[in-house]
Formats: sequence, C-alpha cells, structure tokens
Amino acid sequence: MRYAYLVWKNLWRRKTRTILTLLSVLVAFVLFGLLSALQYAFSLGADVANADRLVTIHRVSLIQPLPISYWQRIRATPGVADVTHANWFGGYYQEWRNQAPQFPVDAESYLRIYPELRLPREQREAWLANRTGAIVGRSLAEQFGWKVGDRIPIQATIWTQKGGGRVWEFDIDGIFDVDAERGGDAYLLFHYDYFNEARAFGEDQVGWFVLRVAEEADATAVAAAIDQQFANSPAETKTSTERAFAESFARQFGDIGLIVSGVLGAVFFTILLVAGNTMAHAVRERIPELAVLKTLGFTDGSVFALVLAESISIVLIGGVLGMALAWAAVGGLAQAVSAYLPGLFIPGEALGRALLYIVLVGLVAGLFPALQARRLTIIEALGGHR
Amino acid sequence: MSWFRQAAAVTGMNLRSLGQRRGASAVAVLGVAAVVGVFAAVLSMAAGFQHTMNSAGSEAVAVVMRAGSTAELNSGLSNEQVRIVADAPGVARGEDGPLASAELYVIVDLPRKGAGPDSSSNVPLRGIQQHGAAVRGNVTITDGRMFAPGRAEIVAGRGARGQFAGLDPGDRVRFGQAEWQVVGTFEAGGGVSESELWTDVRVLQPAYRRGNTFQSVRVRLESPEALAQLDAALEADPRIDVDVERETDYYAAQSEALTRFIKSIGYPLSILMAIGAVFGALNTMYSSVAARTREIATLRALGFGASPVAVSTLVESLLLALIGGIIGAAITWVVFNGYTVSTLNGATFSQVVFAFAVTPALLAQGLVAALVIGLLGGLLPGLRAARLPVVTALREL
Repeated sequence: MRYAYLVWKNLWRRKTRTILTLLSVLVAFVLFGLLSALQYAFSLGADVANADRLVTIHRVSLIQPLPISYWQRIRATPGVADVTHANWFGGYYQEWRNQAPQFPVDAESYLRIYPELRLPREQREAWLANRTGAIVGRSLAEQFGWKVGDRIPIQATIWTQKGGGRVWEFDIDGIFDVDAERGGDAYLLFHYDYFNEARAFGEDQVGWFVLRVAEEADATAVAAAIDQQFANSPAETKTSTERAFAESFARQFGDIGLIVSGVLGAVFFTILLVAGNTMAHAVRERIPELAVLKTLGFTDGSVFALVLAESISIVLIGGVLGMALAWAAVGGLAQAVSAYLPGLFIPGEALGRALLYIVLVGLVAGLFPALQARRLTIIEALGGHR
Repeated sequence: MSWFRQAAAVTGMNLRSLGQRRGASAVAVLGVAAVVGVFAAVLSMAAGFQHTMNSAGSEAVAVVMRAGSTAELNSGLSNEQVRIVADAPGVARGEDGPLASAELYVIVDLPRKGAGPDSSSNVPLRGIQQHGAAVRGNVTITDGRMFAPGRAEIVAGRGARGQFAGLDPGDRVRFGQAEWQVVGTFEAGGGVSESELWTDVRVLQPAYRRGNTFQSVRVRLESPEALAQLDAALEADPRIDVDVERETDYYAAQSEALTRFIKSIGYPLSILMAIGAVFGALNTMYSSVAARTREIATLRALGFGASPVAVSTLVESLLLALIGGIIGAAITWVVFNGYTVSTLNGATFSQVVFAFAVTPALLAQGLVAALVIGLLGGLLPGLRAARLPVVTALREL
C-alpha cells in the first residue's frame, strides 16, 4: 500500500496506452457479465429449484398426459406432504408471437406448493371465487398492459372448446410477483376446473404433478415409491426432484455452458495478450527508471511487486467498470426480454468468478515483465543496455 | 517522387520492419482472429439450423392441420377429415390412390449418445402411412430396410441415429410398455426429417392411445401451383376446419424463432468483441508509430509527404487485421464446419439434429469485419504519424 501512489503514477505514464488497455479489459468483462446472465437464464433456475419439490411426469415424455386420478394416489403415498398439478395450455395473445406460457392449475394447492409466488390476499380470494379468473405475472402484465379487472382473450393452439371455439376468455383477478432469481413471473395461471369442463378432448388428464415431500432427505425414496405404484400401468411415471428436472430440460437446448466457455476462452485469451503486451512495453521503456529505483534501495522483490501491482490495477479497474456496465445492461435487457427469457440477471457466483479472473489475468499478464524487472542489474540497465 | 511511389516506398519499409514488432503485431492479429472466429462459429449455428429446416420441405408438398394449430404436436384430425383431405382436388394420385399420408407426431425420451442413460432428449417419433415416403419424394433407406406395415418396427433418421443412443439397425428400444425393433436408417435430403424416427401410424395409434385420430396430413400436390386449388376446396368444405400450408413455409416459420434468437445474440456479441479488438489494434498501431518515430521523422526531413506516412500505417493495420481475419475464419471453418449437434426446437418441442454451416457468406462478413477493425485501428495512429513534429521527434531519441 505504501507504493500505491507510485503504481498510480506509473499507470498513467502513457495515458493512451493505459486507457486503450483498460477499455479492452472492460469490454471483455462486459461480455463475461452478459454471457454469465445468459447461461444462467438457460439453466432455467436449476440452481435455485427446491430440493424438497418433486415433479412427476409421464415416463415416455413430458407431452404425454397423466390421469387426474393419480392426484389422490400420489397424495396418499407415504412421505408426500402436498401435491398439485398443472397442464400446458400453449395459447397466444393477439399475435402468434406473443406465446407466453399459460397453465391451467388447481389454484389452492398450486399456491401452497409455490410459496415464492406472491399474490395480495384480496386478489387471491377474488381469483379463488371466480371460475373464469386468471392471475398473471407482473412482467407479463406490464408487457401487454393488462390490469386487474381486464377481460382478455387467449387464442388456443391445442385446446379447442367443446363448441369448436378457439378463443378462451379470462378475467384478470390478480397480478403476482416471483423474483427473477426464482425463475421470473412471465406466465398466466387459470383454473383447471374451467379448463377441464370446456375443452373438447383430453378430459380428466393433466400434464404433470408437483409435490412436496415432508422430509427433504426422503426425496429419492418417495420418488421411487411413486413410480413403483404406477409401474406396469398404462401411464407409467417418472418422478425426479425439481432441480434434476430443470437440469435435464435445460440440457436439451444443447451444451450452452460449453458454447459460453468457448467464447469466453477466446475473449480472455485475447485480453491476456493485450494486457501482457502493454506490461511488456511498460517495463521495457522504463528500464532506466527501474534501475534508479533499485539504486535508491528498492529490493528486487519490491520492484517485482510494483510491476505486478500495476498489471493487476489495470485489469481491476477495467474489470470492475466492465462488470458494473454489464450489471446495468442486464437490468435494462431483463425488462425487454422477460417474456422470451425470464430470469435474466447476473448471478452472485459470477461476481466471485469475475474477481478471480481479474486477479488471474492481472498476474499472468504481468508475470514475465515483472520477472524481467526483477532480474535487472543496475549496471547493465543504467549502462544504456537495451 | 509521385505520391503513390512515396506511399509505396514508406509502406514497404514499414512492412519489412514488422518483424521487429512481432509481439505487438501478434496481439492485433490474434485479437482480430478471435473476433472473426467467434463470429463465424456462433452464426454458423444459425446458418446450419436454417439450412436443415429449409432443405426439409418441398414446394410440391402441403401440410394440412387443424385450424389454429401452430405445429403438428398441437393438431388433431379425425379419420373422416383425413379422407376428405386426401380426396380433395390438387392432390397428386399414384397407381393405388392419392399420394397422401396421414400422420401422428409424438415425442419419446431417449438418452443422448455418450451422455449417460439419465440424460433426456425429446426425440420425435412419427407414424406415417404407406405413401409417407413417396409423398416426400426424397427419402432413401441407407441401411437395413423400411419398417414392415403393422409391426412395431422403426426406421431412424440419419441425424437421430448419430445423436441418440440405441438407434442402430438391430437395436431394440422401449418407450413405456411397448418395445420397438429398429430395422433401418433413412436419409431425407439432409432436412429436419432426419432427426425423426418413423413407424407405421397404425401401430403408433394404439401404442399412444390415439384411437383412430391423426395430427396432420401430408399430400403431394399435382404441381406446386395446385396449393391454391387445394386450399380453396378445403376452405369451402363445411365438414372440415383446417389450415393448409406449403411444407417449405411450414418449416421456414419453425426455423425463424431459433435463427432469430441466435442472430440476436451472435451479432451484438461479435460487435462487442470487435470493439474490444479495435482497442487492441489501436494500442498496437500507436506503439508501432512510437517505435518508428525516428524513422518517420527522418523520412519527413528528407521530403516525404505527411499522407504517405499516414497511409503506410493504415495499410499495416489493415494487413494485420486481414491476416487475423483469415486465421480466425480458417480455424473456425476447419473446426466447426459440419460439426453436428442437436437442440430443442421450441415450435415442435422436440430435438432437431443439425450441422454447423460455416458458409462463404459468413466468412466474407467476417473478413469485412476484420477490415473494419483494421481501418478503425489504423486511422488515428496514422494521423498521429502524419502529424509528428519533425524536429522534436528527431531530438527525442
């Protein structure tokens, strides 16, 4: 710390070069921040999914329905605390592009299983009392300008009504919030009973069940017991923890993690070269000065540390500014893309990794120039040997 | 000396001394290589996916689904409706009836190759009728044989066989309680059909409890223009409420969302990286000018003009960027072109197998981007070189 002023002065010795290097580093960390957010959004909240929640789907695939009669049987399975069910509706609002998800659910049990869904008490009561009512997430409501009390038409792509109609109308009874960290709230929920009576086909079938186990430690055993119950029946099940389910689904998009690592690898390799080159120049043109420092009594070690400190400082300033910019950009983007890519934010874990990369890049970029500075002998350096 | 000869002489001198600035020059070259490489790699995914979707369809094939359905998975048609479609005007006829195939599209869960038995992938399983292959017109069995009617046999598309486990001829696969025998592999012009598994629709219906219903009818049209005739006839028929779409349009619409998504990430990503590379190039070129200060000042003192000196710096920058661009493009082409992956197509909720396509257009765009980086990186340093005050510069060193 004693030499902070010296490091600072050296840093600005060649303003253009330092600023350009800083900007390269800054761009690299903006990319790092943005890509981390993207990668996290693609993991579909796998990291934050609850370990005590299980998902039961049809063994063959998620699109195969399960009979509603399983609801009672799953609830009666030892170790199960609570169960709810949901369906995929797959409709759109006004235009085909506006395909935010809608789910017909059993309202009371669904709200019990998903406590992260925050809904004002009076709106909750209104929804439970209204057969054709629906609640929507705040980000979705803002996107389409919906307010409590609106009646909105949703075009069905799968579920025609008994009369052949394809437009389902819902009263918006409430607007709920789910934190972006928990997957965001860009979806609509409505009553299964209304759905089941009005749809033209598929009666008494649901898409999947979500259940909570009494003891988290029993999750695996409970899952096995449920699947065992329905083995060799026409609709066999596959039960897994919410986290495993989310992970396996996210992996279907492809190895997003690998792509992101590949891009970031190229980016960081490049800034390593830029920063390394800058430090090499900085040391080379300063050889006489470094020799003077040594003459004044600076040890080899402190000269070595000075150069490294300078290298780390450049990367630190650029990195911190870059992450701050990325943070601001993601905040703005998240609003704009919430319907397509809910839950876009920079995870805390990425901030830790950014710090690690800052130190690593700074160290590696400065290492060889610093060693060179350390090896300098006063006589040779002052003798004009270059 | 003419301006051009001056410029050529200074540029030549400048380039010959590049070797002395190896380190700094390499930074600019590799920076640009990284930008062009990442750009071409990311966007070749979009190009490959689009190619797969676009080469799947035929102009002379129509897909008929329940009105309002956005994809086959959402649709439903009764046996009677299927018959009306097959007998409609505009549908080509073979020796034994109309060239139509009523089909079911379901999804089965298969592990990805090399990813362990717990991995899960939504693989499409399609039930087709006798004319299913003839309607499409581009289907060939490359290994084994076609499934036999009425038996629990499947043929796997080439892409599906490559990506998912247990689809070689002779393998047996279990979906739920039914067991299926894999009997062959087919190709279909490199299109999205090659991501699918095919079987006899009459076997698939009971296995998936679909009664006597279907999801779509594919028909071969008498000619590509016959679509309007078929559409008008079905529109006018009160017994039926369906959408008729040309197969090429159907697949093009499906590819749009993902292609747009990749592009909307790929371009901003590349632009950001390019900005970073411009800073790197500026750094390199400024240091190149600094290293040549005495040389430039001497030339100016000898009577060389300011602009040839600026041009020489710009040419150096452009050349370095071009070399970087070529390196990046070449590496991407060698590593990624034809690299096969699969992803979830949101429109059909099922896996599509496709290969990265590093197209000439992408390579050209990449090289143009490299030159733009070179231009931006060389402009200001070039100006500085031109404006060096001769006397102070000569005194400096």
